[in-house]
Amino acid sequence: MTATTGTGRLFSVRVEAALGAAAAAAFGALAVLGLAVAPPDAVQGDAQRIMYLHVPTAWVAYLAFGVTALASGLYLWPRTRAVAWDRLAGASAEIGVLCTGLTLALGSLWGRPIWGVWWAWDARLITTAVLFFLYLGYLALRRVLGPTEAGARRAAVAALVAFVDVPIVHFSVEWWRTLHQRATVFTPDLSPSIEGVMALTLWVGVLAFTLGYLALVALRYRIAGLEAARDAAALERAIAARVAAAAAAGGTVEPAGVPAP
Amino acid sequence: MPTVVRCRRVVCLLDGYPALAGVDLDVEDGEVVVLTGPNGAGKTTLLRLLAGLVPPARGEVVVLGHDLVADRRAHRHLIGFVGHDPGVYDDLTVAENLRLRARLLGAARERVDGALARAGLETCTAVPAGRLSAGQRRRLALAGAWLADAPLVLLDEPHAALDADGRARLDAWLAEAVAGGRTVLVATHEPDRLRGVRAREVVMVGGQTRVTAGTGR
Amino acid sequence: MSAGAALSPGRSGRGGAPAAGAAPAAAPADRPAPLPLWREVALVAAKDLRIERRSRVTTGQVLPFALVVVVLFAFALDPDRGLLARAAPGLFWVAVLLAGLPAVNRSVGVELAPGVRDQLALTRLDPSGLFVGKVLAVVVELAALQAVLGPAMVVLYDVRPGGAAVLAAAGVPATVAVAAAGTLYAGLAAGTRVRETLLPLLVLPVTSPVLLAATRAWEDALARAPGDAWGWVAMLWVAAVTYLAAGMLAFGAVWEDGT
Repeated sequence: MTATTGTGRLFSVRVEAALGAAAAAAFGALAVLGLAVAPPDAVQGDAQRIMYLHVPTAWVAYLAFGVTALASGLYLWPRTRAVAWDRLAGASAEIGVLCTGLTLALGSLWGRPIWGVWWAWDARLITTAVLFFLYLGYLALRRVLGPTEAGARRAAVAALVAFVDVPIVHFSVEWWRTLHQRATVFTPDLSPSIEGVMALTLWVGVLAFTLGYLALVALRYRIAGLEAARDAAALERAIAARVAAAAAAGGTVEPAGVPAP
Repeated sequence: MPTVVRCRRVVCLLDGYPALAGVDLDVEDGEVVVLTGPNGAGKTTLLRLLAGLVPPARGEVVVLGHDLVADRRAHRHLIGFVGHDPGVYDDLTVAENLRLRARLLGAARERVDGALARAGLETCTAVPAGRLSAGQRRRLALAGAWLADAPLVLLDEPHAALDADGRARLDAWLAEAVAGGRTVLVATHEPDRLRGVRAREVVMVGGQTRVTAGTGR
Repeated sequence: MSAGAALSPGRSGRGGAPAAGAAPAAAPADRPAPLPLWREVALVAAKDLRIERRSRVTTGQVLPFALVVVVLFAFALDPDRGLLARAAPGLFWVAVLLAGLPAVNRSVGVELAPGVRDQLALTRLDPSGLFVGKVLAVVVELAALQAVLGPAMVVLYDVRPGGAAVLAAAGVPATVAVAAAGTLYAGLAAGTRVRETLLPLLVLPVTSPVLLAATRAWEDALARAPGDAWGWVAMLWVAAVTYLAAGMLAFGAVWEDGT
């Protein structure tokens, strides 16, 4: 990743195009494998096919938030401070929140036929839900802070605080659910003995969503760069307008330099 | 003569708007500079920039030898600043506010009494700052800046709301500051109020410094 | 502490060498020695508590709000079924969290009065001292609030009190964690026009593990089975220290440069 320049792209145009194409191909393969090739699960039936989306979205959510934290840390560290890290953090968090939301929705769709409920107070679910709100707050904060240097610094702090909070949330929830309520609704592990075509499909899903993540982050990053360029151009116009207005207002145009002796 | 303030093509943004759109300014040691110009010309932003309270977006700013582009904080103990608002806690009394300010500035406690006397606030030391009149608040702001005992004094509309007695006190403080070799920048719409001070006028228009003229009298 | 120095311009700025070129004029006053952290904390906390004593925002507004919440819980959960007594620890901490939001908003709002941030920035007060001082004042205010809220719940919910040691051992770090996380996020949102509406969304998810751990610890305490509680107490301390440390490291980067 050459995320050091102030504007532009995360990857080269060619890599970006290749990523998009590869992601599209992988999603196509996933659709064929997941819907047609892979057999229905012996226990869960067709509902199990949701796992081919649910597991990859969960993976991408964690990947995205990890990238956001890393980029935020690099932004705060004076030696590596560059506006690119701020843009990467924001872009990644947006995809992360999207995928967290998808993970929750897909899990709920799966839980209804398998567990008989839309939602269960399972440790993993609760942690994911808290994660969703944590980063939703982060995005809301980013939105009001705006793309200034001070705003980027605050956003980076917020991202790191959220990231540090994740293990605290995880362990407290985990401990709570194991202490007080030993898994009553369900026991089946998500990946007890997946093999053959089903395992392949799952891996293709992970690949497809990872490629999709990279393509979307690159796109969002590029949009952020274009927004910054647009703002910079608007600023140039505003400065020129002020200069022109000042000139029109009259007065000698000379710098307020050293006083006359 | 050493330069106290040196600005070159400084742009300063407030919410994305170029409040300063290319300021050039040199201020020599011991000078008094009067900033005039219409509302919205950028006088307040320029003073806040020099105090290190807003970041320069472009250009060079050097204040008392400190490069503000690199570090806006290192020179702040050298600044006495009076802004539009006194920046005090409304629920604390006049004396409490000044005592707290003195502690945070590292100023001697005795200076608090001096500041109260200078500003003519001795009679309302126990009044909460929120209950002061506009003129009294302005006096409190001046007292706070006096506590700082700084070589560079930045005053934003110091005459506003002051009565005749308050103005006389302000004039006395300015004269004393000038005699003590301090450098003073005053943003004002009433340059004639600076009686008895040899000052240079800098006109600001549209976020720029435009004209220089001596008003020394 | 290198990361701290890097993140906190307040402290790191103190060694800044003058730039070459234009020389300092008028014999610039020596930089005053920085105050020790504990002095800054004491000054800020004493100032905030004095303001609270005068304005009575916590005692006059936040505490009654928390009591109203306690009564509303009774409306929501039928008081005749013993639900309230069983849920009391959780309801207590929900009420504290909800009351903590306006308390923190008020605490940070005091510093956002016009010109205050400018004048504070020109003093030698370090942002981390400001942060810890404000957290300390909020902790004291929330502790006072809890001292009324607890007995009120005992009376209204028919709770049988007990396990005071565990209650206190869990209550102190939980309160510190709520105040620290709240103050840090209020600082992050300071200067934006939506600070007050944004704050709940920022603070409540972050403090959700605090609610969880404090509730479990108090349940164990009231059940006279403090065996499990100490693990929760430890977790609360981890949270409290984490948020405090994060605030101390980051408040310099967060607080200044406001508009």
